[in-house]
Amino acid sequence: MNRIGVDIGGTFTDVALSHTGGLSTCKVLTNYAQPEQAILDGIGIAAEKAGLALSEIGQVIHGTTLVTNALIERRGAKLAFITTEGFRDVIEMRSENRFEQYDLNLTLPKPLVPREHRFTLNERMGPSGEVLMPLDAAEVDRMVQTVLAGDFEAVAIGLMHSYANDAHEKQMADALRTAAPDLSISISSVISPQMRELPRFNTVIANAYVQPQVADYLGRLVDRLKDAGVDAPVFMLHSGGGLISVDVAAEQPVRLLESGPAGGAIFAADFARGHGLDSVLSFDMGGTTAKICLIEDGEPKTANTFEVARTYRFKKGSGMTVSTPVVEMVEIGAGGGSIASIDSLGRIQVGPRSAASEPGPACYGRGGEEPTVTDANLLLGRLDPDNFAGGAIPLTTEASETAVTAKLASHLDMSASDAAFGVTEMVDENMANAARVHTVENGRDIEHFTMIGFGGGAPLHACRLCEKLGIKELIIPPGAGVGSAIGFLKAPFSYEATRGLFQRLEGFDASAVNAALVELEEEATAFVSAGAGEAETTTRLTAFMRYSGQGWEIPVVLPYQTFADSDRIKILTAFEAAYRTLFGRVIEGLGIEITNWSLVVASVLPDTAPVTRHASGAAVTPNRTRQFFDAALRKPVDAREVERSNMTPGQSVDGPAVIVENETTTIVTSAYRAVGQGDGSLRLIRKGEAS
Amino acid sequence: MSPTAIDYQIMWNRLIAVVEEQATTLIRTAFSTSVREAGDLSAGLFDRQGRMMAQAVTGTPGHVNAMAESVTHFVREIGPQNIFEGDVFITNDPWLGTGHLHDITVVSPAFRGGQHIGFFACTAHVVDIGGRGFGPDGNEVFEEGLLIPIMKFAERGEVARDLIRLVRANVREPDQVVGDMYSLAACNEAGDRRLQVMMSEFGIADLDGLSDFIIETSRKATHEAIAKVPDGTFCHTMQVDGYDDPVTMVVRLDVEGDRLRADFDGTSGMSRFGVNVPEVYTRAYACYGLKCAVAPQVPNNTGSLEPFEITAPEGCILAAKRPAPVSVRHVLGHLVPDVVLGALHQALPNTVPAEGASALWNIQISARASDPDSGLPNREVLMFNSGGTGARPEFDGLSATAFPSGVSTMSVEATEHVGPITVWRKDLREGSGGAGALRGGLGQTIEIEPREGYDFFFNAMFDRVENPARGRDGGAAGAAGRVELADGTKLRSKGRQLVRNGQRLKLSLPGGGGYGAPGDRDRDDLDNDLRAGLITPEQAKQDYGFGE
Repeated sequence: MNRIGVDIGGTFTDVALSHTGGLSTCKVLTNYAQPEQAILDGIGIAAEKAGLALSEIGQVIHGTTLVTNALIERRGAKLAFITTEGFRDVIEMRSENRFEQYDLNLTLPKPLVPREHRFTLNERMGPSGEVLMPLDAAEVDRMVQTVLAGDFEAVAIGLMHSYANDAHEKQMADALRTAAPDLSISISSVISPQMRELPRFNTVIANAYVQPQVADYLGRLVDRLKDAGVDAPVFMLHSGGGLISVDVAAEQPVRLLESGPAGGAIFAADFARGHGLDSVLSFDMGGTTAKICLIEDGEPKTANTFEVARTYRFKKGSGMTVSTPVVEMVEIGAGGGSIASIDSLGRIQVGPRSAASEPGPACYGRGGEEPTVTDANLLLGRLDPDNFAGGAIPLTTEASETAVTAKLASHLDMSASDAAFGVTEMVDENMANAARVHTVENGRDIEHFTMIGFGGGAPLHACRLCEKLGIKELIIPPGAGVGSAIGFLKAPFSYEATRGLFQRLEGFDASAVNAALVELEEEATAFVSAGAGEAETTTRLTAFMRYSGQGWEIPVVLPYQTFADSDRIKILTAFEAAYRTLFGRVIEGLGIEITNWSLVVASVLPDTAPVTRHASGAAVTPNRTRQFFDAALRKPVDAREVERSNMTPGQSVDGPAVIVENETTTIVTSAYRAVGQGDGSLRLIRKGEAS
Repeated sequence: MSPTAIDYQIMWNRLIAVVEEQATTLIRTAFSTSVREAGDLSAGLFDRQGRMMAQAVTGTPGHVNAMAESVTHFVREIGPQNIFEGDVFITNDPWLGTGHLHDITVVSPAFRGGQHIGFFACTAHVVDIGGRGFGPDGNEVFEEGLLIPIMKFAERGEVARDLIRLVRANVREPDQVVGDMYSLAACNEAGDRRLQVMMSEFGIADLDGLSDFIIETSRKATHEAIAKVPDGTFCHTMQVDGYDDPVTMVVRLDVEGDRLRADFDGTSGMSRFGVNVPEVYTRAYACYGLKCAVAPQVPNNTGSLEPFEITAPEGCILAAKRPAPVSVRHVLGHLVPDVVLGALHQALPNTVPAEGASALWNIQISARASDPDSGLPNREVLMFNSGGTGARPEFDGLSATAFPSGVSTMSVEATEHVGPITVWRKDLREGSGGAGALRGGLGQTIEIEPREGYDFFFNAMFDRVENPARGRDGGAAGAAGRVELADGTKLRSKGRQLVRNGQRLKLSLPGGGGYGAPGDRDRDDLDNDLRAGLITPEQAKQDYGFGE
């Protein structure tokens, strides 16, 4: 089947069309007013390249940052939030802390729903789902009148302990639906049935906030595709890295928040499987941010909460925590457009401010006067001014030099090239530090990982990052500029159903768990079969567990089965193994608790064909010799410049080398050699490493 | 290859990442709630003279220079000639560590090529240290638990078994406390591994050059920042509730060129209860407050801390003498920034915030079966809660947000799973923000009831009930705190009290002070506050002259 993946990013809309003849890709500018127009343009170009008629496309898979942007830019529905009396301000009080200790003028992000649009019901559930205060009909009627009088476009309902008993949320929603059938209504026991009121309320509110807009957009997209002759089902990539139908996506758009970046992680995971690599660090660097993800046994690591729309230098805590399944990624404000400056101590700082694509780095000659990472790379010889983006954007070295000198070097009493070296080292340090902390948090040792680098910036920086992290092998896949869109084509249909169900392990109640699991499986299977039909599926069961008294749970993967009370021991063993992996020890004599359950049902992917891997080979003929600055050696080196297209399987080049192609440039430092692979990847291996 | 200025900058950056990683490891492995939720820990690297080079930014400014000073005490007590590779040192002495027995500080000397190059140090709050347990009721530090003098936890890699046995025999949760002691040592080792990699990468054999670079750069930047503060002597006084008697805090700031001295002469004498503060902890919070206002961007190290010269006369409540009880020294400690910022305001108008709730309203609840024969188990519940912060010259105060502490609150749903209580309310306390051109942050209202079959005791340790947070430059005070039953029965703001089944405890947390005359408040902001119900219509009229 001819399948097409489309990723709408902040700047570009990427398209990847997989057909019998291979893969056609293209990039068009994102159209903010009519995002679907850019998709149609891109599909048209890709189909023409492939020599296909639009009617021959069998499946469209779509992911987008539009949902996240709507949250960040506050372009959502006029929204009412209905909650339990006494908890009107949960979303405003947040975690009651400051995410930056030393800023006396810190401001906190404003809640999506202003206080006057947050209404409370006299009702209350207890932690085990018992009714502490019933919800009476008059109270519901009063609320219906309040909402109707407010002229709202959408309503979010989040009541205390609704993950344990959803009766009051349903009662309220039913009354609203009867009174206003066209009103968009989201309830927390459906959108995010997990314990902890702040993330659950945030999640249902975020969903309601974007729902009318996303439903409208997806409806238009499907219609326009049909009109254009693409009569194929449309699926969406969700944040957890799987596909859901466009109807589910329209109901639960909060599941789409991280869909673009998740596509990148799946792209990397596919190469990890092809190369038979168990421990991979994916590194995706673009113009504004870099993202890091752990991929183990061919699967991107997932989590059930994350923070969206950070408002303060990408700082932890400055965004909105939502609980919905997600591929876990660390995002840092480091990209080609990141701006370098001098702080009050005379130190070079890079990012998170970015020159973006307009005006862009100084060397673009579009009016940018501040030095960026791209300017530094140009001054260090890592970019060729005459051959950037295949020569489409001529770069002006003088402009970079002027910017670096004026804003950095002249204040530091050093040469422009020393300052440029400082800029690239600082940005590489920032990314390396983030990667190291992330692996430590997961109880892993980064030296044993292989890096897979993609996105426009990664091939320039990845090799230096590997030096800093002690990583011996780096894969630069082909098609790295449209990685997310290609990743969409490799995603399974999947759905993660979650449920808050609090138990102490000593009193493990198998029947309650089994009943919940039946519901979870029904829910997840229904969503998966809507897309995958009768395809073979796998299930993965995770319990979120902790020692009594701890505040954070750890995920514990368990066999999917019907449990007996005596399985307590098996669960204990699994918990202790997971705890030991993360923290190096277990604690005797403490109680253990289970808080949430999650069940993922996913269609089975065809096996990725194993790639013939080459560790060495004949030396490829270089185009020419050019110089770049080798950071580890602290000096310029004479490097071989070779065409990526000449790096066919088994062809190799020893660093220092520069491998050029239209989309990007791969820097091979003196410590590494690059070898072409069977799947078109470049494999960079540290010299002297047995392979 | 000798390191260049760029190399030093990169190494400095790396060291900060190394100590952050050290802290992260501790947060994830520690057992005490306050380490995990409040970030009540610290981690840092020191050179071989005991000068701090880098420290993680955690939730506890109280550790900032408390730990910075501690390593010099270790060097003095142990003696430079007795420092060996594989050694680990330990103490929880409140006067040499971070202010109370619950904080254990572990220091590990770092070696390279057989040469001693520096120290890693870290501190964490442990779940128990014996004695009476965590609370203000002891009258001497001896009652507050086990004091481990500065000594070796391990010598040349051999752990001191007798120390472990002694600790195990003296604390209520031996597995967790001893486990945390090992965690502290292990996090120093993790830091050391990263440090060694960095030193190989940059080809340096010792830390001396790097340490001089970091400390002198920071010292210079801090002195430059201080030099911008106008010269003069600025005095300020603040009264707070205290425990048994009201406490008057007095500070005198002397600014002269690039020197800044703060002294607390005139402050009230010590209490009979454990709210006394060792001077090291007073210095930490005073320094934190001053640094936020004067030089917030300079990373913490000896060079950025030493320029703030802070003293308190021995024997006052902010420089308690041995053997005073000091268990809950954080309550008054958290109020110290308000008083030093009040003095600094005279030198630097339009910079510092008005006073805030500042001291946390933590509630330790002990749920007990109403009928002792019912067989229902005892349960302990700890909640962290914050009032409002003071308004700033350009921004309103933050509602229900911790300052100067960095604690986070916990989910009510999770709390209700921990113990048999129902939290009926935890929302903003309308009208509690001090009126001003910029409004103080609102406090919050919390109502808690024991569940079926239970009563509960709670240990009150609440300030700003008698002495609300004052406004600045014409701003009004924030609302004072209140402790009562939901039916209006007044309760004490200090000490252990009983809430019976069927009763409901109601806490009204203080608001922050306002900034500038209320009449100058922007009309749109006032409209927004009214619409959101953050102020009442009566307040709008009375305090702000709205509608006149």
